[in-house]
This record gives sequence, C-alpha cells and structure tokens, in this order.
Amino acid sequence: MSPETMSIFSPALAARFDALAAKYPVRRSALVPMLLYAQDEIGYLSDAVIAEVAERIGITELDVRNVATYYSMLRFKPAGKFNVQVCTNISCMLRGAYDLFERFQDELHIGNKGVTADGVFSLEEVECIGVCCWAPAIQVNYAFHDDLTPDQVPEILAQYRNQVRDEKKNA
Amino acid sequence: MPRLVSHPDEVKIVSSRFGKGAAAIDKYIELGGYEATKKCLANGPDWIINEMKASNLRGRGGAGFPTGMKWSFVPKQSAKPKYVLINGDESEPGTCKDHLIFLHDPHAVIEGTIIAGLAIGSKVGFIYLRGEYRYLLEIMEKAVADAYAKGFLGKNIFGSDTEFEIITQSGAGAYEVGEESALMESLEGKRGIPRIKPPFPAVVGLYGGPTVINNAETIATVPHVIDMGGEAFAAVGTPRNGGTRLFGLSGHIERPGVYELPMGYNLKKMIYEVGGGIRGGRKLKAVVPGGSSTPVLLPEEIETLGMDFDQVGKAGSMLGSGGVVVIDDQTCIVEFALRTISFYAHESCGWCIPCREGTDWLKKSLTRFHAGFGTAKDIDNIQYLADNMMGRTFCPLGDAAAMPTLGFVKKFRKEFEDHLGGKPCPFAKHGAPQLTVV
Repeated sequence: MSPETMSIFSPALAARFDALAAKYPVRRSALVPMLLYAQDEIGYLSDAVIAEVAERIGITELDVRNVATYYSMLRFKPAGKFNVQVCTNISCMLRGAYDLFERFQDELHIGNKGVTADGVFSLEEVECIGVCCWAPAIQVNYAFHDDLTPDQVPEILAQYRNQVRDEKKNA
Repeated sequence: MPRLVSHPDEVKIVSSRFGKGAAAIDKYIELGGYEATKKCLANGPDWIINEMKASNLRGRGGAGFPTGMKWSFVPKQSAKPKYVLINGDESEPGTCKDHLIFLHDPHAVIEGTIIAGLAIGSKVGFIYLRGEYRYLLEIMEKAVADAYAKGFLGKNIFGSDTEFEIITQSGAGAYEVGEESALMESLEGKRGIPRIKPPFPAVVGLYGGPTVINNAETIATVPHVIDMGGEAFAAVGTPRNGGTRLFGLSGHIERPGVYELPMGYNLKKMIYEVGGGIRGGRKLKAVVPGGSSTPVLLPEEIETLGMDFDQVGKAGSMLGSGGVVVIDDQTCIVEFALRTISFYAHESCGWCIPCREGTDWLKKSLTRFHAGFGTAKDIDNIQYLADNMMGRTFCPLGDAAAMPTLGFVKKFRKEFEDHLGGKPCPFAKHGAPQLTVV
C-alpha cells in the first residue's frame, strides 16, 4: 500500500503487518494472524478492513473473505468492548458451565451472541478454550478466568465495568 | 491462572521446569537448558535420529506415531527448503497440557524445534499457537526474541556455521487446523481444509517442501530425550511407549490438573489416587481417556488398564491427547454424547460429505433424542450414521466425531432407551448448545 493511500490501520498495526508479511516465504502466510490483529484494533472485520488486508497481501477481497469465514474467532459485526466467551464443552459442562452461562445471560440481560445496549459487553457460548483442568472457564477478550462459580459473575463484570469507568475518567 | 498440581507418583521430565521461572532464558540456561542443542550440534543428524528412535517417543498430539521414525522419513536431499512445524493448536476438548508448556517452558519448545531442524536439515521452524492462546503467544514471542539475542537462533547458532530461524504464528479459532495438513493450509494463509495423502508432509509439506510436524508436547520432550539419552527415556515407560506423558485430569474429579506420569500408568490409580477420586464422593460412571474423540470406557474397563498407546488401543479406545475426562453417576450420557457431537459438527469444515452431513445428522438425532422425541429406530440410525463416517473422510475429524458416538451408544444403550417415549431425562437440564454462526 502506498503511503499516500488512506489506511484505517494505526501506524503500529501497519508496521506489525509489514514485519509479519516480510518474514514468510509466501506473503499470504501473514493473512490469518493479520486478520485477528486487525480485528483486535478495529473491533471486527469491516468491509474497510477486508479491503485493506486484501490490498496489503495482494489478493482479492473475495479471497480474504473466503479465508476469514473459516475461523471462528473472526467476526463480521462489532462485539462488545469486552467479549465474554463461556466455554460449555465437556470438561467445563461437567463442572457447571451452563449455570455460569445462564448467570452471565441474567446479569447482562442478553442471550448468546448478544451485545449490551451500552456496547460494553457481548456474550458468546464457545467451544473448548484449552483450560479443561481448571474448569469451568471463560475468556474475556483474551484474558482467562478459570475455576469459576456463578456467584463470581457479578464481580467479574464489575471489574470490567470499572475499567471502562476509569478510562472515561482519565479521558 | 492455571494452577500447578503435584503427586508423589509423578515423574517430572517434561514438567521438570514448570513453576521455576524458566520462561526467562537465563533461568532456563541455569536449569540446564540449551545443553541438548549443543550436544546435537556436535553429534549431527544421524546421531539425533538414532537417539530419538531409541527413546520410543511417540507423537503426543494423539496419533502416537514414533517421532524418530517420522524424522527419518524426510529425504536428506531436497530441491525445496525443508521445514519444521510445531502444532500448538491444542483444541481437543479435555486437553490443556500444551497450555502449561507454553506458559512455563517456552524455551523447551524452541530447543526441540532447533533439534528437529538439525535432524532433518531444515533452516526454518514455525511454532503455531491457537488464536485463543494470545498471552501464551506473547510468552513464546519473547522467548524466541531472547534466543535470537543470545545467538541461539539466527545465521550462526551457538557460534556454529548452522542457520536456524523460528517464526511464531497465531491461528484464529479452528479445531480442524490441529490436523497436520489443515495446519499447513492455515499457515499458508488459507482455509484449514485438509489435504489428501499421499503425498505425506515429510515429502511434500509446507510450501511444497519436506516438512516435519510435531505436537508441542512432543517437541518439548525432545531436549529431555537428548539430555537423558534415548534409552534412559524409553526405560521410564512401557515397551514401544517411551517416557512420560502429561495427563490432564478434568471433569468430575476431586483434584483436577495436569500430572506427568510414566506411560502405562494404571488409569484407575490415576483417577482415584493421583486425582483424589470422584468429586463429592460420587461414583464413577465413565471415563473418556484421551480427549473427546476417544471412545468412552466403563469403570470395569479401567481396573488394570495401563495408559499407553497400545494398551488403551487394545481396550477399544485411544490414548489420544492424554486428556482424561471423568464422568460421575449423576451425568446423562445422552447429553454428554450430544455435547460431544455438537463440537464436531461445529468444527467440521464441510469439505467431505460424510463428515459434514454425518456430524450434522448425528447432532440433530441426538438433540431430538435427548429432548425425549427419539424413536427406537433412532438408536440404530445413530450407529449406522457413525459407522458410515468411519474412514471415509480426508482428515480424522470424521472419525473423531463418529468414534465416541459409537462408544456411547454401544456402552450405554440402556440409557438411550430410557430416553424413549418422551420420558424426562433423569439427570440433565440442558438442550443443544447455541453455537450458531452469525
């Protein structure tokens, strides 16, 4: 991408992309991680993200979409600022993951794949996240919380709400 | 943060540096790290492969293929560059051992990767972690940067004339990418659709070059094999099953956790002594011995069962990823079977019809069955469907979905029959998971 073209990536993300793409024998090897990193920064894979990634890799937008739709962490519409992912796979299920999931739904007043009205939280039932021996577990964005009981749900949510409040105060 | 556990029966080889701050390179070196790589640089590829063969180390991802043999299949001469690819896409439900390796001992993964590279004559290794393991990827990235700074990676590793580079890679959520050919596709920036074999990766792999693909636990074990000597490592386990394994005890167990035990360790003892028995003093109903794709075992089948690839295979299941999921007597097996198949239906890439259709139909049948709307014929249909998936797909995901389903129906037929005629399930309260794609 030429410097005069408008980029929706931050300079840091653009630099990360360039460094990543240059490492591989084939440039498109950077595609999957790049989509995830772009999503981390922008929130979801918008049309503009798809277009920019396609241009930077040197493949068509259709090609990018074709790959992106395969991966379950990639999304095409915004999630909450904090995406709460509750694992309900077997090891978590046996230790009460569904009760945990229900409690999150009750506290947030949203269902699976829902986003709260203020955009702070979204909720998702997910497959195994590799924390089976410390079940039940969730991931909030990339942070793991394990060995949970439903009673801990309000506390976890408050922790993230406070983070938003503090950011606003400091802004 | 995942907690570490311990038990006197453990033999800590792979986990010997866990909890000791070995993610810091100086600590790792202080604990004897990188000596194995130096030894390998001095002794050359044939010596390395012989040590690996002598160790009887078998692939920890689940297939149990002998590692030394796998490395020896890579042609010595190749027009295309050769690659080492480390599979850290740990996604098999019930499995979280690699999580601990990346967290506590990232340099063991780097060392194993370099040694594999030396053995096959490769100059580049890739370490692929599942997308969810972002904090572990950051730990790996730092470890790799530290190894470069010390001159352990780069143009002249350890001052030799040998070059070796490591590139870390993040996935973005896909169980199937744990299958080796799908993993290569993903690393090449494509959908993780499996490739047909042959050719095998050792001949035509990543970017068309000969490639060795090893599970993260396998590769983290390699430096220990070199340190101990292949024969000494083999002696820890059982015949043809060298060394130890990181067994993950989860589910209805009193003391869940990842324990390192010798291969062949008795499963009953593992559950009742190492894991402290069934949670809340309940009774054992069933055990899934090696991750969710492995057929279920009954309490009477684990009495004398040694946990190695051959013994578990003989018992009609698989050692798989070593993820032992313990199920108590208050669990509905139909619900458990439904949750298991829902996962595979969600993860099927849709490339092969038996898997795409089979997992979907099995999920639908089990959902209906669990809700009390099943018919007697459905039990046979579930079995028929699963039978017809076996061995008919490009990659093992089809088998991984069919095998456990067959196990549940075969061993718990009575419980399936108890759901007939709209009778309420005596245990469960949950329907199908809501894993819809938006």
